[in-house]
Amino acid sequence: MGKKSIILMLSALLALAVMPGCGEEKKAEPVAEAPKAAPAVKAAPAAPQTIKIGGIFSVTGGASYLGDPEKKSMEMAVAEINAAGGIDGAMVEAFIYDDEGDPSKAVLHAKRLIERDSVVAIVGPSLTPTSMAIIPDVERVQIPLISCAAGNGIVLPVKPFVFKTAQSDIHAVESIYIYMQEKGIKSVGLLCVDDGFGQSGHEQLVKQAANFGISVVADESFSSSDTDMTAQLTKIRTQRPDAVICWGVGPSPAVVARNAKQLQLPMPLFMSHGVASRKFIELAGDAAEDILFPTGKILVTGLLSDDDPQKAVLQNYTEKYQARFNEPVSGFGGYAWDAMELLARALPGTGGDKAKLRDNLENLSGVVAVSGTFNFSAEDHNGLGADAFIMVRIKGGAWELAQ
Amino acid sequence: MPEFYQYLFSGLTNGAIYAIIALGFSMLFAATDLINFAHGEFVMIGALILVTLWPVMGLPLPLAFVITVLATGILGIVFERLAIRTVKKPDPIVLVIITVGAGIFLRGVAMIIWGKTAKGAPPFSKMPPLEIGGAYLLAQSVWILGIVLATVLVMHFFYSRTLTGKAMSACAINKRAASLLGIATQRMTLLAFAVSAALGGMAGVIIAPITMNEYEMGAILGLKGFCAAMLGGLGNSWGAVVGGFALGIAEAMAVGYVSSSMKDAVAFLLLLLILYVRPTGILGGKAIARF
Repeated sequence: MGKKSIILMLSALLALAVMPGCGEEKKAEPVAEAPKAAPAVKAAPAAPQTIKIGGIFSVTGGASYLGDPEKKSMEMAVAEINAAGGIDGAMVEAFIYDDEGDPSKAVLHAKRLIERDSVVAIVGPSLTPTSMAIIPDVERVQIPLISCAAGNGIVLPVKPFVFKTAQSDIHAVESIYIYMQEKGIKSVGLLCVDDGFGQSGHEQLVKQAANFGISVVADESFSSSDTDMTAQLTKIRTQRPDAVICWGVGPSPAVVARNAKQLQLPMPLFMSHGVASRKFIELAGDAAEDILFPTGKILVTGLLSDDDPQKAVLQNYTEKYQARFNEPVSGFGGYAWDAMELLARALPGTGGDKAKLRDNLENLSGVVAVSGTFNFSAEDHNGLGADAFIMVRIKGGAWELAQ
Repeated sequence: MPEFYQYLFSGLTNGAIYAIIALGFSMLFAATDLINFAHGEFVMIGALILVTLWPVMGLPLPLAFVITVLATGILGIVFERLAIRTVKKPDPIVLVIITVGAGIFLRGVAMIIWGKTAKGAPPFSKMPPLEIGGAYLLAQSVWILGIVLATVLVMHFFYSRTLTGKAMSACAINKRAASLLGIATQRMTLLAFAVSAALGGMAGVIIAPITMNEYEMGAILGLKGFCAAMLGGLGNSWGAVVGGFALGIAEAMAVGYVSSSMKDAVAFLLLLLILYVRPTGILGGKAIARF
C-alpha cells in the first residue's frame, strides 16, 4: 500500500470521526447564550436589590422541545412575579443559559451562575444527564437546584439541595397499577424497550407490582430499531396475562401497537407516558384505539372534571403561554413554571439565604401546580404522587379519560 | 404449536427483508469485490421516498413503487460516479471506507430532507391477517415474501438468460478476461451499483408499512443484511437468500424459546458458529455461484 493511500485512508477515518458530530453541532447554535435580564428589572430601578435566579435549559439541540418551552415559561413566570411587585419588594432577575443538551456545557454554566452571577437558586437543567452533571457543584456550594428532568436518580437518594418538578416513572407506574387494581387486573406481561427509558420503567414495574397484588407473568424486551415485535407479543400471550404493558418512547411503541392489533391480542394494552403525543396516534393509526396510558394532566386539561384541583392552574398556565408565545403548550414548560412557583413561595423572608431557602422548599406542601400537587419532605424532593398522572384511553383518534 | 407458527411467520417476514438487503450486498460484492456499507442507507432512502410519494403525495402504489426503485437505482449510479469512480487508486480498503463515509453523508442528507421524526405508511392492502394454525400471518408479510421471491426469480433470469447478466457474471469471475473479451467492465460496475441500490430501495419500499421510517433506520438494517450475506456466503446470491431467512428465523426462535433480551446475541452467536465451521458461509466456498 503506497503512502498516498495510507494518507487517504487516514483522512477518510478522520472524516468519519468528525462527521456525525458535525450534523448535531450545526443545529446547536447558541441562541440564548447571553444572559437575559427580565425587562421588568429595568422598569423598576428603585427596588432595593434584585433576587437573581439562574436557569440552565437545553434551548437548542436535540432536546430543544424540552428546553425551549422551559426557558419561555421561566421568563413568563419571572415577568409575572415582577409585575405583581416582586418578592419582598425585590425584583427577580433571571440568568438563563443554553447547555445544548451537553453535560459539560451545563457544568460550565452552573459554575458561571454560582461564581459570576451569584444566583440564589438554579432552575433546570432539562435532561437527566445534564442535571446529574451539575449536582456535585450545587451540592458543594450548597445552592438550591430545582431540576426539570425526569430521572429518578436526581432525587434518589435525597440530596439536601436538589429538588425536581418533573413527574417520574415511579408515579406513572403507580397510576397504571392503581387503575389495574380498580379493574381487577391481577397479572401483567411486560414488554420494555432495551434503553435507559425502558430499563428504568421496567425496574419500577417489577418493584411496585407486588404492592398492588399484581404478578408479572411475562417479561420481554425489544430494541427500538426492531421492525417486528410479534414474536415477543406471542410469547407474552402464551402466559395469558390479564393485561400487557409496553414501556417505550418514540416510534417503536407504535410498532408494538400495530403488532398487537394484528395478532388480535385479547387483553388490554397499556403503554407508558412516553406515548402521550399526537404523533403516536398518527403513527399507530387504527392500532392506537383502546390503548391506555398515564399522562400529565396538561394534555387533557379540557377533559378534566371541574373539581380537579389542578384544572384552574392548568387553564391559567395554558392560556397565558398560548397568548404570549402563540404556540401550543406542552407539559415540559410546566416543569420550569412550577419551579418558579415553588421558588416564589419559598423565597419570601429568606433575604437571599440559600440554606433558609432550601428549608422553606423542603417544607412546602399542598402546592397545586402544573405538573401535580407538590408535597415536599425530607425524604421526598420530588413531592409528587400518583395523582400527578391521569389514565387516558385513545378512542376515535383522540384521548378520553379512562373511567 | 400456534406459537411456533407465529415465531416462524415473524422470522420469515424479517428473514425476507434481511434476504433482499443481503442480496444487494452480495451481488455488488460479486461484481466489484466491494462491500458497500452505505447499502442500509439506500433501504432507508427507499422507505422514505415511498412514504413521500404514496401516503403523503397520494400517487398510486404501483407507480410510487416503480419510481422509488428507479430513483434509488439512479442514486446508486450517482454514488458510483461521484464517490467510487473518482478515486485515483481504488484500493479495496479505501473504497470500503469511502462507502462508510458516504453512508453517514446520505443519513445526514435524509435528516435534512425528511426531518428527524418517524413516518408511518399503511399496509399495501387492507386485508385482515390470515389465520393459519392458530397463528396470524399479516397481509403485508405475504406481500414481502411474494415480492422478495419474485425479485429472486427475476435476478435468476437476468443472470442466466440475458447477455448483460452473463457479461456481469463474467466480470465477477475475472474482470481482466472479461475486458479482453470486449465486455465494458466499467459499465458493468456501474450497472451492479444501480441494481444493488435498487434492491436496497425495494427493501425499503416493502418494509415501509411494517416499521416506523426515519433517517436512522438504515444502519441496523444494513448491518443485519451484511450479517445475512456473510452467513450465506458473501458473493453468492442464493447464499444471501438462505442467510437472510436463516438469520430472521433464528432471531424469532431466540425470542420465542430463549429470551427477547438475548435475541441479537443468539443470532450473532449463530453467525459466529457457522463462520467457524464454514468460514466461507453456508453456500460460499466453491466457485462463486450466482443465480
